[in-house]
Amino acid sequence: MTPTILFSDLVAILPEMIISVGACALLLLDLVLPKTARHWLAYLGLIILGAAGAATISLAAGQAELFGGLFILDPFSSYFKLLLYLATALTILLSIRYLQIERIHLGEYYAFLLFATCGLMVMVSGGDLITIFLGLELASVSLYILVGLNRHELRPIEASAKYFVLGSLSAAIFLYGMSLLFGATGTTNLGAAATALARGHGGPVLLMAMIFLLVGFGFKVAVVPFHMWTPDVYEGAPTSVTAYMSVAVKAATFAVFLRVFLEVFNPIKPHWTGWLIGLALATMVLGNLAAIVQQNIKRMLAYSSIAHAGYAMIGLIVGGELGTMSLMLYMAIYTLMNLGAFGVVILLRRTGVVGEQISDLSGLAKEHPAAALAMLIFMFSLAGLPPTAGFVAKFYLFMAAINAGLVWLAVAGVLLSAVSAYYYLRVVMVMYMKEPAGPIELAWSPPAVAALVIAAAATLFIGLYPAPLVGYTQDAILHLSLLR
Amino acid sequence: MGAWLTLVIFLPAAGAIGLWAVRRPEAVKWAALAITLAELLLSLPLWGAFDRTTATMQFVAEAPWIPRFDIFYRVGIDGISLPLILLTTALMPVCVICSWRSIDRRVKEFMISLLLMETAMIGVFSALDFVLFYVFWEAMLIPMYLIIGVWGGPKRLYAAIKFFLYTLAGSLLLLIALLALYFEGGRTFDLMKLMEASYGASFQFWIFWAFFLAFAIKVPMFPFHTWLPDAHVEAPTAGSVVLASVLLKMGAYGFLRFCLPMTPHASQLAMPGIAALSIVAILYGAYMALAQDDLKRLIAYSSVSHMGFVTLGIFVFNVQGVEGALLQMINHGITTGALFLCVGLLYERTHSRLISDYGGVARSMPRFAACLVIFALSSLGLPGTNSFVGEFLVLVGAFRVNPSVAALAALGLILAAVYLLWMVQRVVWGAGRPAVERLPDLSWREAATLVPLVGAVFWIGVYPEPLLAVMHHSVEHVVAQVGRDSLPDGVPLLVRWIAGRGTAP
Repeated sequence: MTPTILFSDLVAILPEMIISVGACALLLLDLVLPKTARHWLAYLGLIILGAAGAATISLAAGQAELFGGLFILDPFSSYFKLLLYLATALTILLSIRYLQIERIHLGEYYAFLLFATCGLMVMVSGGDLITIFLGLELASVSLYILVGLNRHELRPIEASAKYFVLGSLSAAIFLYGMSLLFGATGTTNLGAAATALARGHGGPVLLMAMIFLLVGFGFKVAVVPFHMWTPDVYEGAPTSVTAYMSVAVKAATFAVFLRVFLEVFNPIKPHWTGWLIGLALATMVLGNLAAIVQQNIKRMLAYSSIAHAGYAMIGLIVGGELGTMSLMLYMAIYTLMNLGAFGVVILLRRTGVVGEQISDLSGLAKEHPAAALAMLIFMFSLAGLPPTAGFVAKFYLFMAAINAGLVWLAVAGVLLSAVSAYYYLRVVMVMYMKEPAGPIELAWSPPAVAALVIAAAATLFIGLYPAPLVGYTQDAILHLSLLR
Repeated sequence: MGAWLTLVIFLPAAGAIGLWAVRRPEAVKWAALAITLAELLLSLPLWGAFDRTTATMQFVAEAPWIPRFDIFYRVGIDGISLPLILLTTALMPVCVICSWRSIDRRVKEFMISLLLMETAMIGVFSALDFVLFYVFWEAMLIPMYLIIGVWGGPKRLYAAIKFFLYTLAGSLLLLIALLALYFEGGRTFDLMKLMEASYGASFQFWIFWAFFLAFAIKVPMFPFHTWLPDAHVEAPTAGSVVLASVLLKMGAYGFLRFCLPMTPHASQLAMPGIAALSIVAILYGAYMALAQDDLKRLIAYSSVSHMGFVTLGIFVFNVQGVEGALLQMINHGITTGALFLCVGLLYERTHSRLISDYGGVARSMPRFAACLVIFALSSLGLPGTNSFVGEFLVLVGAFRVNPSVAALAALGLILAAVYLLWMVQRVVWGAGRPAVERLPDLSWREAATLVPLVGAVFWIGVYPEPLLAVMHHSVEHVVAQVGRDSLPDGVPLLVRWIAGRGTAP
């Protein structure tokens, strides 16, 4: 089959085109703009994201397979794309002042952020393993660079090298899984592979393929035991990049994870549920227990993000309508609250002060009540307490688990989230119940404040009135082929 | 009137938001007092307009929240929740007044936490949707955690986190239970519908234990009580009052509202165990109270003992027992709240809670001493005071089921007399300590917190009929729902004997 490219196909990938062309434009503009005017690149980046957002919204109702099945446009992918724009936009808002303080305010930063976003967008729209791999690599390469952007210091370089080596390894494993799947089914197209599998192709090779793909995805979303890189990379990378990685990469990878496992491997679901349950449990246990002992808040949030990946896996294990929508909901809410938490950490970074120890937050409530209140909201939300959005997220996940008869998994989940409350509460305790060691100055800037206000307000709003978001996720998966 | 109830629930939260704008601490205090008083006035019409001849929910309001999952904003009250709501609204102004001087830093945040608590507490008592109930139930933890942790005593950090994690672990199992009920009860979170549905025996068993853990920790029942003394001792006075008077009632309210109607079989099977735990709590709490040298700790353990009566009364499944338990919840709220206020007053003057630091308080503070003696007598259940009525009803209910259970519980009354009178003797009478001799007596502000409670002690003690009339039909309804005579076959003889059916072995 030779794919013919129609004009309508190009319209369908308009968002990806806007982002990639925009990113190139940023690179070029960086050459002509004076050094002091670099923040305009950030605002331009926001405009590009806005344009892509508008394009995605106008395409959101569409449902099509393009380029011979390489690319899928459906409400499911549009949902995740909108989520990616939101994550990227909030990251850009948080970055401007922070990058100036870190003295890495380079034009490339915004361009690579957009390239990474574009890669993730291709991933969530991928209808073929080739497209998915292409997107994955575009995102990964951009992130290797972003992690090591601060090349004058040791930690970022170590983080970047580690991320690169392990990332390449996982990419290789993923690729190997793809080739095995191709061997078993004769195709890399998700739909075609699913049909082949339903007809009974496969056997042990298929299981191998499934396991290799699982490892590849597991690495990207930081599932135990493929999580080793996470704390070091999260700690070493510039905080804004960490924030972006912890939400955007995770959300997009889970979207693909869902598509591949529920669509392609659905016929052999009994073979992989056990594996995934084991991984989810190990991830929740290790993430939560390791987070307790962390003194560095970035490391703590790294382990917390590992734990959250474990929770999100529940949605994947359950599958079906409820599982899928709960995972989508979880990713959106997690994006808001985790970006918010990192945002407060970013505020703490100022010239000469790293501000990454949990004790650096001592007495924040006295010095900066608004920032402390925002952090309080994010912490309680991450712990999953009402009336914050985190509760809604966990509520639907556990509901899905119980509906699928996995009550004990839900019980393990809730007990571990009681454990997680301990370390989230420690941050609240330090902020509200300890005296400040000295005057705390925050690196306030209007864009960062705007990002925090958006994240905190959305976290509270979704917690109090989740109906619109819940309805949206339900509608987005109405016509999803993987549920039929 | 449904909108009226909604107004009662959310007025304090709205007030808390408004309080952000107020700058001066003095103005914050007055504004908080005005809000809580307005709230009290607003809640009184509920009492007046309440129909005492029916057990159905009243003042019902409903609005879609997440309609696709049948999650609604549904509120309404019956004779079980109305007294508890009024207790809450009546005690909040007292909490504000007693914090007037003792809270001297971050006054605004304190008052906001207090007001948010009030909304959550009233919400718990009036929610008719399980998710709404759960949201209020959990949301309460956040302000209480801050109240203990920010404004508490020297070991406040430990006490606050212990309180939080303990109650959180219990309530999370409640979340699992409510989700399981959603699927089992026909995909609804409507409490009324969930109560009408009937569930299989083994399903009831699991749900009951999830409920039990959540509520037993909150009550707290022995052996889940260990967070309580720490939380009480470290909390500021207002925090102790809210904790003792309202928060502890939520566990008992949960038993009444959920366990009895939804899991009647499992409740009956668990009855001997819970009766035994209640008696252990009554005796052990009293015994521990005897040994305390810290006033707040003594009252905290007396709470464990008194709440034992409440759980016992609920789990005898007859009208006297449940009515007594409900009345005892109100009484405990008034009396123990008042005792914590008294300790708070002493602490403000001397900064000591040790019994040995006092003596002869009656000489320097006669009016205060009179109040303390009245509350102590009320707490030990002297006839003519409120606790007598409640404890008497519980004992009657228990006696009807099993006389020996009632006899054991009555031992707790004797122990209560011992530790309370001994405490009064050491604090109020005896030789005056030099440090105590020149203490000022009650100020007008302090008298304003104690005198209404003295009135309530005698009103319920002498003429409890108005309260009982409000409760009666709802209690009968709950007792009918649990259905006393349907203990399934194959239940061990010992269980039958403690549950009062069949002959003693």
